Amino acid sequence: MSITKAVAAKCPDASRRSLLTGALAAGFVFAFHLPVSAAEPPQPMDPADGTFAPNAYIRIDQAGQITLIMPQVEMGQGIYTGIATILAEELDADLEQVTLRHAPPDEKVYANPLLGVQATGGSTSVRAFWTPLRKAGATARAILVKAAADHWQVTPESCSAAKGAVLHKESGRRLSYGELAVAASKLTPPGDVAPKDPKDFVLIGKSLKRLDTPDKVNGKVIYGIDTMMPGLKFATLAQCPVLGGKVAEVDDRAMAKIPGVRQIVALDDLVAVVADHTWAAKRGLEALKITWDEGKNANVSSGDIWDHLRAGSEADGVVAKSVGDIAKGLAEGDRFNASYEVPFLAHATMEPLNCTVHVTPNSCDVWVGTQIIARALSVAAKAAGLPDNKVTIHQHLLGGGFGRRLEVDMIEVAVRIGRKVDGPVKIVWTREEDIRHDIYRPVYRDSISATLSAGRVVGFRYRVAGASVIARWLPHAFKNDIDIDAVDSAVDTPYDIPNFQVEYIRVEPPAVTTGFWRGVGPNNNVFAIECFMDELARKVNKDPVAFRRGMLGKTPRLQHVLDLAAEKSNWGQPLPPRVGRGVSIQPTFNTSIATVVEAEVDSGGNVQIRQVTLAVDCGIAVNPDSVVAQIEGGMIFGLTAALYGEVTLDKGRVQQSNFHDYRMLRIDQVPKINVHLVKSGDAPGGIGEASVIGGPPALRNAIYAATGVALRRLPIERQLIAEKKSWL
Amino acid sequence: MTTTLTINGEEKTFDASVDTPLLWVLRDILGMTGTKFGCGIAQCGACTVHVDGKAVRSCVLPIGLLGHRNITTIEAIGTSAVGASVQKAWLDLEVVQCGYCQSGQIMAAVALLLETPEPDDADIDAAMAGNICRCGTYLRIRTAIKQAATGQKS
Repeated sequence: MSITKAVAAKCPDASRRSLLTGALAAGFVFAFHLPVSAAEPPQPMDPADGTFAPNAYIRIDQAGQITLIMPQVEMGQGIYTGIATILAEELDADLEQVTLRHAPPDEKVYANPLLGVQATGGSTSVRAFWTPLRKAGATARAILVKAAADHWQVTPESCSAAKGAVLHKESGRRLSYGELAVAASKLTPPGDVAPKDPKDFVLIGKSLKRLDTPDKVNGKVIYGIDTMMPGLKFATLAQCPVLGGKVAEVDDRAMAKIPGVRQIVALDDLVAVVADHTWAAKRGLEALKITWDEGKNANVSSGDIWDHLRAGSEADGVVAKSVGDIAKGLAEGDRFNASYEVPFLAHATMEPLNCTVHVTPNSCDVWVGTQIIARALSVAAKAAGLPDNKVTIHQHLLGGGFGRRLEVDMIEVAVRIGRKVDGPVKIVWTREEDIRHDIYRPVYRDSISATLSAGRVVGFRYRVAGASVIARWLPHAFKNDIDIDAVDSAVDTPYDIPNFQVEYIRVEPPAVTTGFWRGVGPNNNVFAIECFMDELARKVNKDPVAFRRGMLGKTPRLQHVLDLAAEKSNWGQPLPPRVGRGVSIQPTFNTSIATVVEAEVDSGGNVQIRQVTLAVDCGIAVNPDSVVAQIEGGMIFGLTAALYGEVTLDKGRVQQSNFHDYRMLRIDQVPKINVHLVKSGDAPGGIGEASVIGGPPALRNAIYAATGVALRRLPIERQLIAEKKSWL
Repeated sequence: MTTTLTINGEEKTFDASVDTPLLWVLRDILGMTGTKFGCGIAQCGACTVHVDGKAVRSCVLPIGLLGHRNITTIEAIGTSAVGASVQKAWLDLEVVQCGYCQSGQIMAAVALLLETPEPDDADIDAAMAGNICRCGTYLRIRTAIKQAATGQKS
């Protein structure tokens, strides 16, 4: 994504050994038991004990234990297995030989090279770390080979490495990496070591078994919410139902009768009840009579937010990209205009927000699963009133992230509560609190004007209006009033159109704080552009695939996946009545995807998705089965939003609260999803979010094909389909 | 008040009011965190456990209703043949992503197979539609249940 272009220059050198040693020696390394590691040795990371520690990611101790440090977090996407595979490939180790550890918070050592901060997001993990990890692995291997060659007094070139050992073929001698650790740790790392030629890969490109999943099928895995320790108390909280409101008064007379309740913590903006277990805390909270000062948002409803956005979207935007002469292009031929709107969305990670803290006058321990660990440390320190070095973040595997855990509000809140509690306390948000106090995907309104001449698009102006997440979350990347994420997949359009312009208008909604949501800006860009392409194709009586294909001359990868998806989906073959096929293409996150959705519509406007076919070129697939799993799951994530996802406000209150009114697709509703991966030698693209994007526009276009009803909002407006029954 | 429950074949005695849902006894009082909190209103299935072999939502099941029934949780499901075959199928087919819902999915799948050893798609839909997976692993869950069923037969 384009954020990556803006901040790439800030990438720190992840191999600075002195910094790393300092961070690790301070004890900021947290083991979790993957895949089979025994109890944590006392000082496993101190290179002074003869452990070979050539860079930020690899540790080999004298016992031969290979520990790989994960700079990105595992939230289901399979990245721990992916990172371990890349490192092990270049190191010439087997995955069976490695133990994984979460990286400690350290922006200098572990920042994501594409984001400039220590964050897991934007489908950047493999793209950002592909080269650094390969170099790290290759360099470590070269040092180990040198250590062995020196010992045997032979040339390094006469040695080879495999499965965690160096071999000297001529003499049949062999030394394991553990045996070489001490000698290797004394060698100066060589300069530039070339990683392997991809044709020599033995691990990358194979569907190796995931390392994180065995403990996820037997109840052993510990997420942040599973933190337990002696003396732990349990709390749950209430924030003002009106977004931004404050606590006015708390009447606790009825609460005294609830057994197990220990303490009320009433802060400026929230009330928490601390108890012997979560149920007592929940009952205690329900028994409190809280009077809220609702504040300035008490009269803000969704209608106001849409009025505000629509009015704001009428302005001229800041130009984010311009090709040719848009004024000239829009003056030629026949002109068409359309606007598309997408709603606020909650993340609804299956693991509700939670954070466990133990705050003392001199220390603050935080147990949490976070996508942004260094920022988590800073906010915890600030909330605790302590310097950073008094704070310890205990990282966990995440029960879903989707961008919600790129925020630190749950940590800040927990530390403020924890300061009032004697001993450790786990704060778990109810699902209702989680959905009503999310940091929501922004509402966007996209206005497109295009002209057609002789069946071709000659002018195309895309204008997106909406909140800037970047301006709040990564302010230094917000430049010239352009949110690079909000226009990402419009700026990177694959279509060869002679006069083309992208504009951005920042319109912040009243009352609502907005954040990243799986698929981020491209979700919105691709939805609007791909819906409009279908409408343009219809204006000139062209098949939607053929119409798009004619504009993809400069993007052969995308042209190829479009052809493949069309072929595999039987595009053009007859369908029963009320059934349509819709297509969508996207160049997102350096991955080219074409999606065809086949859907059936009934007279009530109900939509049944019959099947989905995708062709995907993501470059080298480090683990093809994980890529397919991400595509299947991401498709369901996107289609869930397309069919059901919408957060609305009434008098400042979020109206949705739990899975009965913020619905998810369930197993009986999911279609067959056929994934066709294109074999490629190109550098890997992103997949975790790319997979979310194509479903909604392809579904909408399938409905358009089946009914002729041109929907222009999400979620799918069943009422509108039912009302325009002329298609029946 | 003091209550005794039979959980995974062991008697556990603890102090909690009879209206306390089983979920919070398991997680907070007994420290058995494999059973997950997802919604608190029996909408998502993350908290699924077995009572006498049937799948139930522990987040809305007061302990006062349980008496001497046998409770099984994810921590012990692998000790039964069906449970072990489901866990194996889950790993063979790489069902799991974030994994948070999978304790509940596995408990629901095992209960299905105990009742219907060779389920068809409709059986799977009926038994599993109460379990939400936000990562969208449903397609693999379906395949894995079928594989586990076949594995049981052979």
